Amino acid sequence: MHGSHASLRQMLRIRALTKSYRSGPDRIKVLRGIDLGVGAGESVALTGESGSGKSTLLHLIAGLDQPDSGEVRFGDTVISSLPDAGRAAFRRDRLGLVFQQFNLIPSLTVSDNLAFQAKLAGRHDPDWLRELTERLGLAALTRRYPEQLSGGQQQRVAIGRALAPKPLLLLADEPTGNLDEATADEVMRLVRDLVTRSGCSFLMVTHSERLAALLDRQVHLRAGLIA
Amino acid sequence: MLRVLLSHWQRHPLQLATLLIGLIAATALWSGVQALNQQARTSYDRAAAALGGSRTAMLESRSGDSFAQSLFVELRRAGWPVSPLLEGRVQVGGRTLRLLGIEPLSMPIEAGTAPGITGGELQNFLTPPGQALLAPDTLNELKASAGAVLTTDAERALPPLTPQPELVPGVLVVDIGIAQHLLNKPDQLSKLLIGSADHGPRAELRSVVGDQLRYVAADDATDLERLTDSFHLNLTAFGLLSFLVGLFIVNSAIGLAFEQRRPMLRTLRACGASAAELNAVLITELLLLSLIGGLIGLIGGYFIAAALLPDVAATLRGLYGAQLPGQLSLRPSWWFAGLAISVIGALSASTASLLKASRLPVLTAAQPRAWQDAQQRWLLLQGGAALALALVGALLVWLGDSLTTGFAVLATILLGAALGLPAVLGVLLRLGERLTRRPVATWFWADSRLQLSGLSLALMALLLALGVNVGVGTMVQSFSRTFNVWLDGRLAAEVYVSAADEAQAAEIKALLRDRPQVQAVLPGVRAEVKLDGWPTDLLGFADHATYRDNWPLLQATTNSWDRLAAGDGVMVSEQLARRMKLKLGDRLQVPTPTGTWPLDIVAIYADYGNPRGQLGVGIDALVAHFPGIAQTRFGLRVAPEAVPALVSELRDRFHLDNRSLADQSLVKTESKRIFNRTFAVTNALNAFTLGIAGVALFTSLLTLSQSRLPQLAPLWALGLTRRKLALLELGKTMAMALITALLALPLGLLVAWCLIAVVNVKAFGWRLPFAVFPAELAQLLAVALLAALLAALLPIIKLLRTQPAQLVKVFADER
Repeated sequence: MHGSHASLRQMLRIRALTKSYRSGPDRIKVLRGIDLGVGAGESVALTGESGSGKSTLLHLIAGLDQPDSGEVRFGDTVISSLPDAGRAAFRRDRLGLVFQQFNLIPSLTVSDNLAFQAKLAGRHDPDWLRELTERLGLAALTRRYPEQLSGGQQQRVAIGRALAPKPLLLLADEPTGNLDEATADEVMRLVRDLVTRSGCSFLMVTHSERLAALLDRQVHLRAGLIA
Repeated sequence: MLRVLLSHWQRHPLQLATLLIGLIAATALWSGVQALNQQARTSYDRAAAALGGSRTAMLESRSGDSFAQSLFVELRRAGWPVSPLLEGRVQVGGRTLRLLGIEPLSMPIEAGTAPGITGGELQNFLTPPGQALLAPDTLNELKASAGAVLTTDAERALPPLTPQPELVPGVLVVDIGIAQHLLNKPDQLSKLLIGSADHGPRAELRSVVGDQLRYVAADDATDLERLTDSFHLNLTAFGLLSFLVGLFIVNSAIGLAFEQRRPMLRTLRACGASAAELNAVLITELLLLSLIGGLIGLIGGYFIAAALLPDVAATLRGLYGAQLPGQLSLRPSWWFAGLAISVIGALSASTASLLKASRLPVLTAAQPRAWQDAQQRWLLLQGGAALALALVGALLVWLGDSLTTGFAVLATILLGAALGLPAVLGVLLRLGERLTRRPVATWFWADSRLQLSGLSLALMALLLALGVNVGVGTMVQSFSRTFNVWLDGRLAAEVYVSAADEAQAAEIKALLRDRPQVQAVLPGVRAEVKLDGWPTDLLGFADHATYRDNWPLLQATTNSWDRLAAGDGVMVSEQLARRMKLKLGDRLQVPTPTGTWPLDIVAIYADYGNPRGQLGVGIDALVAHFPGIAQTRFGLRVAPEAVPALVSELRDRFHLDNRSLADQSLVKTESKRIFNRTFAVTNALNAFTLGIAGVALFTSLLTLSQSRLPQLAPLWALGLTRRKLALLELGKTMAMALITALLALPLGLLVAWCLIAVVNVKAFGWRLPFAVFPAELAQLLAVALLAALLAALLPIIKLLRTQPAQLVKVFADER
């Protein structure tokens, strides 16, 4: 599969993206010129070895970091050239983010965590939230705090939080990286199902060829380039 | 192993700085206050041990006046080892000095600690022109150098000045003959000092001098020590409070460091170190740090004490007449005690962390949440302890009846409030969380609650500092307002005159009769008696509207002034009434030279700041009961604009000094100045304590900010800008500080009530009217919020400057 996948319905378009980091006296080039497109409703797995730049690419797409050069375009908006506030608004209104470490808000209960971004974006839909809560098996846990949940349960909350505002694009960074194989498969099936149900695009970083195979398309990164 | 553990501080220099700041602040304020106390007590000791001080047994006249020198000769002949002493006051360059005339050859050894007049010096002291011995401080105040010959304001020459470091300031020691000349008291003595050495048999005192002299035994504790006890207790309480606030900082820094080092401890255990070894090394590290902090703190304490000494000296002089040298001289024990308190403080502040570190299973991963849960359990325990302390405080108010219980009530109020604060804050923050629906607002309150355990100690420190500030501030303001009104009442006459003798008094009165600007001459007589063993002044009032209209009565019967004029009524000062449990209508038996004088209590009046008891009676009745009493004092009612010319005329014509002739407006100004200085030390210590609380808040916020990124990064990722996050963080700190400050207001008023209604009454015997000063409270609230803003500013700026790359690191597990 190639990163320059062309489609008129492309929601995300990435062109000639580069990024490097300083490490002591050296500068390490993590991304060396990435071109990639993701269509509306498409699910894409981003695979590669450790250090190949998968997470960095995901962070640049989410507007969490800025590229050295190149462009990240979402619909008609060039994310990479937005100011900090604009990128924050983009994340809040268009994106759903799932991290490997869950990164839930420890001070809020499960139900507050689930509703947080949807309310923030002004798109709180109680029916959709209820459905998410039930389908993710969290109905009995809504009053608990994150540290009172298992890893699998925490990851379900993170997925629910990301999907609650009905984002246009769901980005997930090793969402099952901390889970055992059986739980990981179960969570993945659920995510796929919910993504299909919400109609959003899905870009997932994973080490696992097996999980990658569950998505529409796989993109492999090697040494900062799409292989 | 120690090196491994110390490497933590290398990686966390800010935490190390926090820990040391806590230790330094705690040690500096505690040892500074102790230095002041030590300095004062040394001075009292020196004054007591010096000539005529209470450490020496003596004979004095029953009236307290001087007596004939011939009694000395008679007593020596009768085998009494007495040494004569004449005491009086002289004015030199406008400054009043206590003049002591001594006779060094017969002086008892135990009374001779002050002047070094032995050997060759003795001859210089005794032979003309003699020597005037004085403390170096006094020499400097007189702007004179050693050997200078000054004249008194009554134009009598003093012997050459000779500095003696052992002498207390404000005292001049000369040969007794010179003193008799300077004081114009030929062949007169004030006291006869008695040595303790056995000089063989001696005649019974009464058989030699009759009733003229009485024996006063040597006293271990001086009057000055008793009088100033409450002042020093007050200073010590402030020092202790600051010390505790400093230890809060230490406790919080060490708690966090232990938690962060758990993985390191686990690794060391895995490498074969035993738990005992680890604990020993941790304690060694703590000792090392506390010694460094303690040493720097001691140097700080020295400077604090040196800075506060002038005000402390002024306060002690103004309130109690105690003289302190202006130079700090500290004993080695102060240094050792300072270091010890630093080490003990650091160890006690770390006890909880050391216990937790040794009890929690080391071979489990670091669990900040578990630590926080443990903190929550601590909070519950603290809440329980707070309730228990409140109960103890209430019991003490009900049952206690001493100054110590008064301070114990204060301690329980403050400690209970501090311990209860986190629980109260927790409830209020939870309430805020429940009342909000918007996600960011919900997070705001919920996250504040999560941060509470990390900030609670700093907030407790802030509560304590503010509570004490409000309490002491309210007390001082109440006092100030009352004092001004009281002073106007007490000093109603425009001019006060104290003639040297009755002849001069008659001359002055004759002159005043020809001065139409003098509207009234109010004679005043003062006698001394002992009531219940307590020295008490008896004031004679003329029956005049000046007293009826102005005297600051607290309680009175309807005809109190008439009863006074009739000679069967007495007005009692508040402290005497409290001490002797007297009330209106009670009958008081006053001992007088003509027998016991029964008097009905017709009024109780305010007599703030007077350590002695006081009674007011009609002047005619007083003179009748004390025949021959000197009637040399009077107050003058004069039109204010005529006062300066009249004072000037009286001074020039009768050679009256400042002690004998007082312009009321100047006395009031001076009294108010002394009053304000009295509280200068308290205000300084208040400011220090608030400053340390600010530092505690700052260090806690800075420490917390180190671990805030993982909690803030998800919010940023979900679409909150760094600016908004920074504002939210600032808002949380300000909200918690505001709630704490608002809680500190009722706490402070409770402290003020305790100071006014319990501590002051026990310490001084008088009670002030309680008043609330809203403007002062608003001002303090603003200061607290400003301190919180300043404390929060640096962590907020750090957060604002946090680059996205740093926030992204929270999510990244590969690069």
